[in-house]
Formats: sequence, C-alpha cells, structure tokens
Amino acid sequence: MSILSRASRSAIALFTLGWALLLAAADMDYGLQPVSIADGTWVLVGRSEDFSTANGGNIVNTGFIVTPAGVLVIDSGPSRAYGEQLKRAIARITDKPVTMVVNTHHHPDHFLGNQAFAPETLAALPGTINGIHTEGGTFNENMYRLAGDWMAGTEPVAPARQLTAGPLELGDHHLELIALDGHTGADLAIFDRSTGVLFAGDLVFNDRAPTTPHANLVAWQKALDRLESLGFKQIVPGHGPVAQDAAPIRQTRAWLGWLDGNLRQAAEDGLDMTEVLALPLPAEFRRLAVVEAEYRRSVGQLYPAYEQHALARSGRNAR
Amino acid sequence: MHRVHGAAALLLLACGLTFGTAHAAGDRQTDPLDSPRWGDMRKEFFPAKARVVFDGRVKVSAPLTAENALNVPVSVDAGALPDATEILVFADFNPITRIVRFRPEGAHPGLGFRIKLQQSTPVRAAVKTRDGVWHVGGTWVNTTGGGCTLPSAGSGSPEWQKRLGEVSSRVWDRKEGGERIRLRIIHPEDTGLAAGVPAFYIQELKLTDEQGAPLLQIEGFEPLAENPVFSVDIPAARTAAGYRVSGRDNNGNAISAVIEK
Repeated sequence: MSILSRASRSAIALFTLGWALLLAAADMDYGLQPVSIADGTWVLVGRSEDFSTANGGNIVNTGFIVTPAGVLVIDSGPSRAYGEQLKRAIARITDKPVTMVVNTHHHPDHFLGNQAFAPETLAALPGTINGIHTEGGTFNENMYRLAGDWMAGTEPVAPARQLTAGPLELGDHHLELIALDGHTGADLAIFDRSTGVLFAGDLVFNDRAPTTPHANLVAWQKALDRLESLGFKQIVPGHGPVAQDAAPIRQTRAWLGWLDGNLRQAAEDGLDMTEVLALPLPAEFRRLAVVEAEYRRSVGQLYPAYEQHALARSGRNAR
Repeated sequence: MHRVHGAAALLLLACGLTFGTAHAAGDRQTDPLDSPRWGDMRKEFFPAKARVVFDGRVKVSAPLTAENALNVPVSVDAGALPDATEILVFADFNPITRIVRFRPEGAHPGLGFRIKLQQSTPVRAAVKTRDGVWHVGGTWVNTTGGGCTLPSAGSGSPEWQKRLGEVSSRVWDRKEGGERIRLRIIHPEDTGLAAGVPAFYIQELKLTDEQGAPLLQIEGFEPLAENPVFSVDIPAARTAAGYRVSGRDNNGNAISAVIEK
C-alpha cells in the first residue's frame, strides 16, 4: 500500500465505487427489506423523495399481511422489477401463496408491479381499475422518463377483480375495506381489526408533502375524518414512515386545508398563477420532504379551477 | 421535430462555447441564459441594425420546472423601463417560437398568461422602448415537454363550439392603486402541430375602457395555452367605470365582451 500515492489510492477507490454503483444499477436491486410491525404484518417503506433514476421509483410504501389462508399484498410498487423483488421478499418470509394483491388507487407507484403477480390475484376498487385502463399507459411512459432503466419490461396491468367496501375475512385476520375518495376518484383504505393496523394508501402522507394530480381537497379532508375515527393502533401512510398515532392524518389534513384556503384566497384576490407560486409556505410545512416541488405541482394542477370559480363569481358573463 | 432541434442545439452549444458573443453589430453582451439558440432568435425577431440589450429590468416570471407543459404560467413586467411601446414574448426552443406580442397603450406594461412548451427552453420578453432599443429579459423553464404537439382538450369535444369565444372576467382594486383585470376566453388554441388538428388560435385582442379609449393590444400566437387566462394591470390614472375586450381568432371568429365591475 505504501508504494501507492494518495492520488492513486483515491483513483482506485473511486474506480471501485464506480463499479459498485454500476453493478448495483445493473442489478436494479431495490434492496427491499420488509419490516414486521404487527402479527403477520409487514411493510416496506420507500424514500421520501420525487421519482428519480437513483431511487427507481421506490418512493412508496407497500405492505403485506401473512395469514394461514394466504398472503394479502397491499400495493405492488412502481415497476415490474419492484413487484418481482417484493414477491421474492415475501417468499423469504412465508411459504404461503399470495392470494390477493390490492391496488389502493391508480397512481403508478402503487400498481406498476402488478405484472409480477398472478392476474387472478389482482383486485381494486372499480374506479381504480378504470383509472389504470385509461391512464395507466401514460403513467407508465412517464415513469420510464423519470426512473429510467428500473422500468425495463414494465407494462400496466389492470386488476380484473372489483372490490367493494365491507369486511374481508382472510385466515385469522378480520379486515375492513374502506372505499373513499379525495386523493383520487377511488381510494381504498384497509383496516385490519385483528391487529389495529390501518393501511391508509395515499390518503395519508407522513412528513412528505402530498401529491395532488387527481385530488378533490374537500372530499380528501372528509376521508381523513373517517380514517381518524377508526381507532387504529398503527397507521401505514402511502408515503413516509409508519406512525402509532393520528399525527400523519392531522398533518395531511392541515396541508390540504391550508392549500385549499390559500388557493381560494389567491383566486379571490385576483392573483396570477406566477404570483401564487411565489407565495411563501407557512413555517409548519417547510420541513415536509419535497414540499416546494409539490406546492408548485399542486398550484399547476389545482389553481385553474379556483380561478374559474373566482371569475365566474362576477356572475355577469361579459358577453 | 424537437429531436432535430435538440441535436442542432448540441452542435450550436459546442460552437457557442468558443464564439457565442458577437451576433450582431451593437450587441456587446453575452446571453445571460446561455442559450445556443439566441443567435437565431436575434436574427429572427430583430433587424440587424436594431440595438438589442439584455436588461434585468425586464422581469419574466415562470416556474423553473413545469410538469404540465400544456399550461406553463408566465408573467412579464416591464414596469421598470420608461416608455415600453411593444413587448414580444418568445421561447427559443419551441417549434413555434413566437408566443405573444402586446402593446401597452395605457395599461401597465406587463401581462400574465399561460403557454404550451415542447421542451425545456428560455422564455424571453423583448421590450421595445420609445428610443427604438430592444431590452431583453428571460428565464429558463425546464419541462418534459410535448405541450405543442398534443391536441387541445377542446378539439376532442363538441362542448367548446357552443362556448367558443366566451369571456369570463373580473376587476379588482389593487393595493398599490389602479386595478387588475383578469379574463379567461374559451378557445382550444390548437397549434396545428398535432396530427389532423389544424392551427386554431386567438390572433388579436384589444382592451379598451368603456368609452373605447385603447389600453392594450395583444397579438396572440399558437403557443398560448388552451382557454387562455390573462392578467392585466391598469394604472390609477386610466381606471374606468368598465372595460371592453374585442378581437378575433385565425378563423375570423369574433370575440367581444364587456368587462363589468
């Protein structure tokens, strides 16, 4: 070692690191590590980031419940590779078969892993199935742009089995399927009465700013009230860490309430969209991950409707 | 189409690094946005002998990243310049570079609007002052793009035909004095670049007070967003009991509306 200069040691270190990164990328290994949070209940917590070629779209939480009657998978992840790795991670933990894979809603990070699972196990609310049929292709193309090679071979697969709200008995777990809306037109929450775990899907974000491409802010806040009333012991948000109290629900509600009020007020004050983008974010939200980017996206997605409302309020179409 | 632009841009970028400055006599500054297309923009929009300067007093506000390439908000404000007579807004890398031209004739020399972008590009405003000098400001907007080659939502629905040219509007008092007018016009604003959908867009809008005294002329081009929304400020000295907007699209359909308070 002593015969090597510091520079050449650095060069070798860099070279080795470079290869390591390259090999990791070639593997497209998400490094999925299921964490047990309750009896038979496992979650895989993604990064609190935007989609990128670095994270391969793994910004989402997925989970599964192992019962004597089989395994229920909740969301299949952002790509075929993720779905396949999730399936292998499950097989390392149990030899029970996957009997059902539910997609909580039709956003790409929640269903693009469907290909990895048997088609007859896939299930979702009718609105979600419809959304995958109509927008799945566009989402998939967009994910190739954002996450790159991680998406190789991924194609949208819509579940055939339609879910309805109500109890679902799976082995020794008494589950409740709760059909809500607000984050999208169809949002499924799954409450496991046996363990007290609530899988909230993207109705709840924790320490990461919510996304709003299909949001109805009023309906969403109502859905949060319903979730808060359930008396859960643990909550698995769609994005961000698992929590033992309703803090993520309150945080999500606070953001949505602020966003709604802020955009309404801005439209009533006659602000142009560029002026709305320049408004400062309240201190309480500045620590949320990717909050600046999500605010910008939300303004683009939501402000036109507030504007139209404010302009129509003049009540006298100028014609 | 934008791929060809992209390749050309790379070539130009390589050249621009070595001799990116002297595009025309009288222009001694380098492009603060460092765009390989600036030379072409300079030739396309301004006479060779015109004096064109980059000027920080021309404010162009737009998000640095625009996820929705069909509806990118842009505000131009040339209020810091004396005597702005004409303002041209363009985007270097758009397949149709020209976005909007407006002439303040009493209105504040600024305009808020929304545009379609095909790819990441500088968005610039060139402001001509009474002395004939063009003052150029701008900002980069990053986008995944595609906004110019998609058909409008309106082109796929019969709904807009009933409402074509419909104007909704509202007038606000401004804290700073004067008034703000915002108006929205139902129009598909098709660029003509989507297969089978011909160009169909608003070409001319004139804003006056209720007596007919001119305030602002807008010349529109294809990249204005569908159902365009405009924000216009009226200085205190020119506020009126009411306003009128009139104009036409490239098919000769008339737009005419009273803007009531």
